Amino acid sequence: MINLIRLLEGGARIIEDDPWQLLCDDKTPVPSKAILPLQRWKHSQSEAVLQGHETSSQGVLLQPDDEPEALLDWLPVLTLIAIDFPSFRDGRGYSQAYLLRSRLGWQGELRAVGDVLRDQLAHMRQCGFDSFAVREDKSAADALKGLQGLSVFYGRSAIEPRPLFRRR
Amino acid sequence: MYHYDDYDRALVRERVAQFRDQVERRLSGELTEEEFLPLRLQNGLYLQRHAYMLRVAIPYGTLSADQLRALAHVASVFDRGYGHFTTRQNIQFNWIELEQVPDILEWLAEHDMHAIQTSGNCVRNITTEAFAGVAADEWLDPRPLAEILRQWSTVNPEFLFLPRKFKIALNASAEDRAAIQVHDIGLDVYRQQEELKLRVMVGGGLGRTPIIAKQLRDDLSWVDVLSYVEAILRVYNRHGQRDNKYKARIKILVKALGIDAFAEEVNREWEQIKDGPARLTLAEYERVAASFQRSAYAPLSSVDLEHGARLSQEPEFARWVERNVMAHKVPGYSNVVLSTKPGLAAPPGDVTAEQMRLVADWAERYGCGEIRVAHEQNLVLPDVPRRQLYALWREALEAGLATANVGLLTDVIACPGGDFCSLANARSIPVAQAIQARFEQLDYLHDLGSLSLNISGCMNACGHHHIGNIGILGVDKNGSEWYQLTLGGSQGQQAALGKVIGPAFAAEEVPEVIERIASVYLQLRRGDETFLDTYNRAGLEPFRVGVYQAEGAAT
Ligand code: HEM
Ligand code: SF4
Repeated sequence: MINLIRLLEGGARIIEDDPWQLLCDDKTPVPSKAILPLQRWKHSQSEAVLQGHETSSQGVLLQPDDEPEALLDWLPVLTLIAIDFPSFRDGRGYSQAYLLRSRLGWQGELRAVGDVLRDQLAHMRQCGFDSFAVREDKSAADALKGLQGLSVFYGRSAIEPRPLFRRR
Repeated sequence: MYHYDDYDRALVRERVAQFRDQVERRLSGELTEEEFLPLRLQNGLYLQRHAYMLRVAIPYGTLSADQLRALAHVASVFDRGYGHFTTRQNIQFNWIELEQVPDILEWLAEHDMHAIQTSGNCVRNITTEAFAGVAADEWLDPRPLAEILRQWSTVNPEFLFLPRKFKIALNASAEDRAAIQVHDIGLDVYRQQEELKLRVMVGGGLGRTPIIAKQLRDDLSWVDVLSYVEAILRVYNRHGQRDNKYKARIKILVKALGIDAFAEEVNREWEQIKDGPARLTLAEYERVAASFQRSAYAPLSSVDLEHGARLSQEPEFARWVERNVMAHKVPGYSNVVLSTKPGLAAPPGDVTAEQMRLVADWAERYGCGEIRVAHEQNLVLPDVPRRQLYALWREALEAGLATANVGLLTDVIACPGGDFCSLANARSIPVAQAIQARFEQLDYLHDLGSLSLNISGCMNACGHHHIGNIGILGVDKNGSEWYQLTLGGSQGQQAALGKVIGPAFAAEEVPEVIERIASVYLQLRRGDETFLDTYNRAGLEPFRVGVYQAEGAAT
């Protein structure tokens, strides 16, 4: 995936050689490092993966209508979850990410894909994303600047569960 | 009022810098208008009929004298010498240049103000009533909770791209002056055996589909307010409609699911988070509440001979006191409403920079250095000792802010309408002013008594026309402006939506029609019934007959 930013060891980096491919159409065969929509992902997994015995080589894509809770059984065998932002103005992905991180205990890579833009990156990060596939017509180097956001944070978030009043 | 600390100040400043950068990127073309739009809306910046419009937040309608002077400065330096106070208790400036917005925001930040989330699909300004902390019928000051909610909802990353705008209002008095039942969430605060509790209403709102809120629960502990509101917002963010802007408000979701199913969803979510770190602490409540505490009131006698004498000598003053001075919880003090509805001299809610400076001075000289913005678009000075009322009245009269019409027919609530708003179907201001001119005769007006009249220039209902005793809605018919009248709307504990009286009227007919409605009321009224009482007893029909039969007779 091009234009990818990842949070690694406390810093943020542009990744030049990310192997993942987002696959939303019905292309066969499926490359091993594909990110697939939920239904498609289910269909292309072996029984061992679906039973939770074997790690999946594919990532799963959550679309805005999908329930993150549907992934509960497979969290141990997944290595990547991507959340789709069909438009940067559709905020469902923020709640999905928050739930995955705070309630369902997902600790692997959580990637924002779709209409991912500089001015939303800080909010995404607060909600628990640690990788950002910036829209392809935008510069990732530029988007990196949006990751910082504000230093003050009143409420709670996926990466800072304590509201400010408990941190004062 | 709440005093910023270092965190609050840092946030507001960083936000200004962030927006300055966003404006620069827009001006250089790096950001498209489509990408810029939600960013500017989240900073209160609209693109209107003539120019940019900036909406500055006045959290729960409370301002210090210095803040009002700072707003006067914005009006005189960056705008055309006035500002417009709104039904959301904010202020709007109508003639703003995009290039100057970062400087304006920086100026505001220096005075602990901002324009964050005054627009856009996020949690908007948290509102409460204009007499919070000083009303005679209040259980407690709702503003500390409002401030806690303000902070929690400010740049809350999960809820900045909701399906639609989101409005939360609080009330803590016997009478609800914050119209909480027409908000997305209405919180009614009360005390039960020394414990603070909340009745939570959800899914109210006006606009195209007006709905009175439903009760979600009635015994929420104050410590749970953040987690509970968070649960509501999460359910809404995940399940609210997004494909149709007109069906995207939470009221439509509540209606579609039914209140019980919706409550179940919220409770399921809330169970998971209620014991988490969002649970409020007494220390935090007290920290915020301390900001709102007043130094002790000087004991004043509840009888004041000079005041009594003035009242009997000057009927004009007496009339102003009767309408514009409200009961205070401490004897000897009053709360004064400065009417921004003089009639032809200015549109409802418009206040000049010079008037703002005067009001700021009066707040310091006669009051407690604080000013409130009422959702009726008037300004309020709390804490005025009774013996100062006369001096204040004289000054306010001179400044055009002492029209004795609070709560009367000419205290019109009106949106900017077609004169400023690009969404309008019709103008609001000229209609408001024509009605005000027709009812100039104060004796008649006072005889009519309490009667709210609300005007909106289109069905978005920014003028809250559905909950006016008389509501006027601008409608477009084949490219010309018409006005649809509703009767019987009301805000408050008995909130109700007005009913359409019949076919719409042309602008020039409206004042005459209002007069006919008034005279039907005067004929039907029993004893000291208000207009609303009479309407509720007699129903729409006699008014309809009175209006349209006269219409038929005239043509
Ligand atoms: C001039 C620019 C303005 C624009 C473009 C605008 C736009 C809108 C729109 C589109 C709605 C409908 C929202 C919905 O139902 O989903 C609305 C509602 C509303 N606006 Fe405005 N408005 C403007 C000014 C104002 C002003 C000046 C006020 C106060 C005087 C105001 C207060 C309100 C209120 C109270 C509602 C009703 C919300 C509800 O309960 O559903 N707006 N506005
Ligand atoms: S009611 Fe309509 S005309 Fe009036 S301000 Fe709102 S959007 Fe504009």
